[in-house]
Amino acid sequence: MVVNCEEVWREVSNYLDGEVEPSLRVAIEEHIRGCKHCTAVLDGTRNVLQLYGDERMLEVPLGFSQRLHRKLDDNMPGDRRTFLGWMVTAAAAALIVGSLEVARSASRGLELRSEHAQPGKGVPPDMMVVVSEDGKLFHAAGCAFIHEKNKLRTITAAEASRQGYSPCVRCMKKYLVTA
Amino acid sequence: MPERVTSLERPAEQFNEEVLIRRVVAGEHDLFYELIRPYERRVYAAAFAILRNEADAEDVAQEAVLKAFKHIRQFRAEARFSTWLIQITVNEARMRRRKAHANIMEPIADRQDDEGNYTPRDFADWREIPSETLERNEVRQKLAEALAELGQIYREVFVLRDMQHLSIEETAKALGISTASVKTRLLRARLMLRDLLAPGLGGAWSMTGKLSFVKGTKPW
Repeated sequence: MVVNCEEVWREVSNYLDGEVEPSLRVAIEEHIRGCKHCTAVLDGTRNVLQLYGDERMLEVPLGFSQRLHRKLDDNMPGDRRTFLGWMVTAAAAALIVGSLEVARSASRGLELRSEHAQPGKGVPPDMMVVVSEDGKLFHAAGCAFIHEKNKLRTITAAEASRQGYSPCVRCMKKYLVTA
Repeated sequence: MPERVTSLERPAEQFNEEVLIRRVVAGEHDLFYELIRPYERRVYAAAFAILRNEADAEDVAQEAVLKAFKHIRQFRAEARFSTWLIQITVNEARMRRRKAHANIMEPIADRQDDEGNYTPRDFADWREIPSETLERNEVRQKLAEALAELGQIYREVFVLRDMQHLSIEETAKALGISTASVKTRLLRARLMLRDLLAPGLGGAWSMTGKLSFVKGTKPW
């Protein structure tokens, strides 16, 4: 299969999402190798996804969460939460999160972030995937297995593998070698 | 092995969410805070994508969360709670926007998908992956400005899918459009942002001021 520039531009989005047929993917890769313009388009689009897919771009105004909770407090039927109650809850949550962080950082230092997961096979290196800082797996956007929702980043599958992430057992199923 | 299969079909997180929802419905209202905690930022970001104004976005985010609480009995477990919550937010934000713009005609580009193919501009390479540059306020500012340049329909899709990491299907559901439309708009949004940012991030960003972008010379 041979594709031209227009076809590459039309498919660049699906290509980065890992949503094109293998034969089309190969054709696009082949075209891009010999086309400067399309290489620039692909690189630039990938950068857009990486920059905007970073959690740091999702800024909320200072105090947003507190004001939201206060609004809820005012509208909850029956017993309202007291400020003291909130402080206790927040402190407890901070403690739990803190201890998890310690547990996690202690288990670091492995080549692969997960001992049990497998690296996967035939993962398109250019595909954009979602990872979380403390997670072990890389995911397709929207995967229900994504944890740590507040520390998400978008990177290429190749970069994710390099950083020790393994394919998710659910959304990346087709790249797993099943026994 | 059957237990394992079940847990793969329904991740623990989703299961916990279902339990939380049941308990909230049963009267343990305080658990609602826990239920929405992972999604608070997303609700705000979805509202902001549509309203482009911090105060309005925060107001709408609060209204949407409150509405979700009041109508939690209507939540059906076949959808994900997060999608349902974003859907409510999108509807609230659109209503607010419609009210505010009641007397103003929206630009056609904001309502319809552009027909035909989009030709990306021919810029020099932009190979550098400048993720560290996000630490710089001015870079985040430029990115926000570029996003604001997009037409409404493109910004909505881009924010939900590429910034909030929703799937194509969830994005379609949240916005009430087809998955085909999501894909078309996503492609256009990504290419337009690349065209807006490539010149600057390629090296010209040392200059101060707004994006080097003159109205009337849009490449699309």
